[in-house]
Amino acid sequence: MTALSHTAELMRRDQVWPFLQPPAASINVDKDILLYIEDLNLSFDGFKALNNLNLYINDGELRCLIGANGAGKTTLMDVITGKTQCDSGSVFFGQTINLLKYSEADIAELGIGRKFQKPTVFEAQSVFDNLELALKSNKRLLPTLLARLSPSEIDRIDTVLATIGLTDHRFQLAGALSHGQKQWLEIGMLLVSEPRLLLIDEPVAGMTAEETERTAELLTSLAGKHTVVVVEHDMEFVRSIARTVTVLHQGSVLAEGSMDHVQNHPDVIEVYLGEAP
Amino acid sequence: MSLLTTFMSRRNSLGSPVLPFVTILMTLTVLAAIGNLWIPADSALHVSTYTITLLGKYLSFAMLALAVDIVWGYCGILSLGHGAFFALGGYAMGMYLMRQIGSRGVYGDPILPDFMVFLDWDVLPWYWLGMDQFWFAMLMVLLVPGLLAFVFGWLAFHSRVTGVYLSIITQALTYALMLAFFRNEMGFGGNNGLTDFKDLLGFSLQADTTRVALLLCTAGLLAAIFMFSHWVLKSRFGKVIEAIRDGEPRVRFLGYRTDRYKVALFVYSAMIAGIAGALYVPQVGIINPGEFAPLNSIEIVVWVAVGGRGTLYGAVIGALLVNYAKTRFTALMPDGWLFMLGALFVLVTLFLPKGLAGVYGQLITSWKRGRNRDEPPQRNQEATS
Repeated sequence: MTALSHTAELMRRDQVWPFLQPPAASINVDKDILLYIEDLNLSFDGFKALNNLNLYINDGELRCLIGANGAGKTTLMDVITGKTQCDSGSVFFGQTINLLKYSEADIAELGIGRKFQKPTVFEAQSVFDNLELALKSNKRLLPTLLARLSPSEIDRIDTVLATIGLTDHRFQLAGALSHGQKQWLEIGMLLVSEPRLLLIDEPVAGMTAEETERTAELLTSLAGKHTVVVVEHDMEFVRSIARTVTVLHQGSVLAEGSMDHVQNHPDVIEVYLGEAP
Repeated sequence: MSLLTTFMSRRNSLGSPVLPFVTILMTLTVLAAIGNLWIPADSALHVSTYTITLLGKYLSFAMLALAVDIVWGYCGILSLGHGAFFALGGYAMGMYLMRQIGSRGVYGDPILPDFMVFLDWDVLPWYWLGMDQFWFAMLMVLLVPGLLAFVFGWLAFHSRVTGVYLSIITQALTYALMLAFFRNEMGFGGNNGLTDFKDLLGFSLQADTTRVALLLCTAGLLAAIFMFSHWVLKSRFGKVIEAIRDGEPRVRFLGYRTDRYKVALFVYSAMIAGIAGALYVPQVGIINPGEFAPLNSIEIVVWVAVGGRGTLYGAVIGALLVNYAKTRFTALMPDGWLFMLGALFVLVTLFLPKGLAGVYGQLITSWKRGRNRDEPPQRNQEATS
């Protein structure tokens, strides 16, 4: 960009300078949309991971993202949570907060929680400590140093432990849990942080049928209070929880709608089955 | 509320090492002090002044090992340059001691230390000003290593330098400082460093009472730092630090600014190393650029590895044992020591990944397991025997 275009950007009349903005802009969902993703582009060495992606997530909905490998599902989550910088486009949380300007830690503090594809819990610490770390609290240095668990916080952790079925494993090291239990613990870590938006990457990978069923129940119960975006390959699972499904293909949205609508969509059939309808 | 109590009791039942550690440390040092000052020299229980000084030296090394354990054992930052912070603290103390010499130096100059007179300098360099005040020098013992660690840590952790790369640049840091301090123009005594100290706060450094007082100070500060560090690392801050060691990106997604946590811990650790250096210098009587040598910093890491990472007391035990062994073996076989040290490091890495503290833990758990297992099948054993 040239100096001129920088100046033009700086002098745009439809936005105020960052230092004039109120420090903690609250999330504005007047239009009932929590996440606005517009014209998002990202390429890795010429490979377009995201290609003019447009996606709107309503406040309080449960949205499933599906798509083949390399469709850009995880990359999209990386961009939303600040792990990866995009080339162009905009991501707004509510109407006012431009997520592209924030770091990972800031975005987490704004209320976006993420569960990774591979369960990443802190294996050397107890289940309880894992949840304590994830607790919604002031995460600056000194408050953390002087932090003490209040009874209500302990109750909160206790409730979540009951929800994820790990009450008996409270003081066990997280590393000693089974794969499915780690997945649950990670979901629990999301719950105690009370996020506004949950991004959940492949929650049922490696779970038994029964565990999958319980996960589905849990996620459906979360919608409404929280906004949930789930990335999943397991079509059965998606069918059991989904109200709205978005199909991604080669970095852009291919189809969107109810599961039946999506499955009968000619483009989806063409991409998935490789033949014209 | 009942959960709170079970939770707290659970935490206490894990056994805090603080009380036993402080008790043993202070008892031994007080006994050594009594043995030196009040038991006559011909008694078998007399502790020589040489031993007292040696103990003081070991304890300041133990403090240094504690500093390395805090960053390495708890946060996974393998610093191969902690000798630099130790030496900087030592130099700050050395500068104060040099200014205390006054006109008793060889050249009798009331202001300038001997080496400056020797180099034909006329005025004291600006950075020596104020070093004749004890409080100011002590402030510098904390501030200089702390500031260096802050600048270095901020640059390194902010640009997310981790692992081997970080170790290498810490090594480069201490090496660069060594080369700088070797230069006479730096105004720190060049190759010879600072030595020929006379007294500290008006007490002669040669007196037995001063030596004993220094040992007691070192032990007291070690105990205080141990307790404070234990508290810090058991707080939620400490849990965040451990979590950073095990999965830094994940901690970031929880909303913690990990770089700030790492910088804070690194600065804290550097300050402890500085204090250790300041206690080391009056007891040993010399500080020279050799303390910056990369080899020294690597040796500290060996102490911690031998003692056991991530326990605090392990680092102290490791430092004491390895240094005692060093004193013994360099007397017996001066050339053999480095081979011993190398072999020790290899053996510990292979057979005791958790160090000596880990051995203790393994024994405890296997004993407990053995006891639990023994109870039901006891009849079987009798039957077979």
